[in-house]
Amino acid sequence: MERTTLDMWVGAFVVAGFIALTILAFKVGNLAGYDGSETYMVYGEFDNIGGLKVKAPIKSSGVVVGRVSDIQFDNKTFRARVSMKISNRYQFPKDTAATILTSGLLGEQYIGLDAGGDMANLKNGDQIKLANSAMVLEQLIGQFLYGKASEGAPEGAKAK
Amino acid sequence: MPHRKVGFGFRSIGSTVVNGVWRLGYASRFFLRTLLGSGMSFRRFNLTIREIYFSGVMSLIIILVSGLFVGMVLGLQGYETLQKYGSESALGTLVALSLVRELGPVLAALLFASRAGSAITAEIGLMKATEQLAAMEMMAVDPISRVVAPRFWAGVISMPLLAAMFSAIGVFGGYLVGVVLIGVDEGSFWSQMQAAVDFRQDIVNGVFKSIVFGVAVTAIALFEGYDAPPTAEGVSHATTRTVVTSALAILALDFILTAFMFRGV
Repeated sequence: MERTTLDMWVGAFVVAGFIALTILAFKVGNLAGYDGSETYMVYGEFDNIGGLKVKAPIKSSGVVVGRVSDIQFDNKTFRARVSMKISNRYQFPKDTAATILTSGLLGEQYIGLDAGGDMANLKNGDQIKLANSAMVLEQLIGQFLYGKASEGAPEGAKAK
Repeated sequence: MPHRKVGFGFRSIGSTVVNGVWRLGYASRFFLRTLLGSGMSFRRFNLTIREIYFSGVMSLIIILVSGLFVGMVLGLQGYETLQKYGSESALGTLVALSLVRELGPVLAALLFASRAGSAITAEIGLMKATEQLAAMEMMAVDPISRVVAPRFWAGVISMPLLAAMFSAIGVFGGYLVGVVLIGVDEGSFWSQMQAAVDFRQDIVNGVFKSIVFGVAVTAIALFEGYDAPPTAEGVSHATTRTVVTSALAILALDFILTAFMFRGV
């Protein structure tokens, strides 16, 4: 086969391969969601993080504003210390509350941020003071059963 | 005479082991010589380009068609199962993750082994049988760097590109069946996929897998061809062995790589 035709086909093949990789990276993968913009770190101490994992999204009003970058157990306070990396584009007041939420009934867990009313914003290295733990289904069921039992007894006595 | 029989049993075990080790060593030395002799495949890159055409470009059709169908089947089967749990919006995640992590690299490599690997073995085996390789040596041309190395690098370059195309068109096939045909919500199909597929963790690992498979498949194909007995039967056996050994090597390597890459994620 002629040299130029060969080169053309191989060139087209390589370009098609790289286009496929780009499609995978941007359309299928999360590279499009990754912006190279600067981030700042804030910390939150939670009593219970449930099934939260590193890289879990941090959302505010449902919009992804950052990712969980690290989870450590603090051996002084005996609580989980979660490092959150938030994009510089999003600024939150100092009294913002962080809550561990679940997307859907069985979905992955994420951190929801509810903005407060403080005039000053969170800065790099700040700690979020209001950190609400994950909802643990077993505890919830336990509370429910306990509540049922305590309200059921006097009513049963009344009926008699 | 029982001790004769025992001796025979040990002899057969011994010869199997010695032959196996000898062949493994020969294959490793052959692989090393290929790597050492690959200077020419980059200095005279048109040699490699020619081989990329024969093993890469010519495998495009089978890769693209199979990728499309695999994606479409994943879409159908995934929907069947996911809708039982009311989570058909996770179809995009299922299709993309299975393709990018496993099916893309593995199936593309299996197809590559049967389409291009067998052709490489048959070609080199015949070159050996018709004494073309010996003739090259007579002319002081090293057949390893002139014939073997360009084919090796062509395979290593082609394989990740083919696997990426396989995955991309497979995702498109899943999209066709899931969104266009069945009517899964398009927004959640793509957004859940993008939320779940990590560039570093999934896509880069998939590409790495396919590079490893490319090395394994082409090295096996080249060695089987180079080692083939110079007869019609020998070449035909070598071609068969290429496909069988490559398939086993791909699946075994895939397990090992997966165990290292996706453990505890």
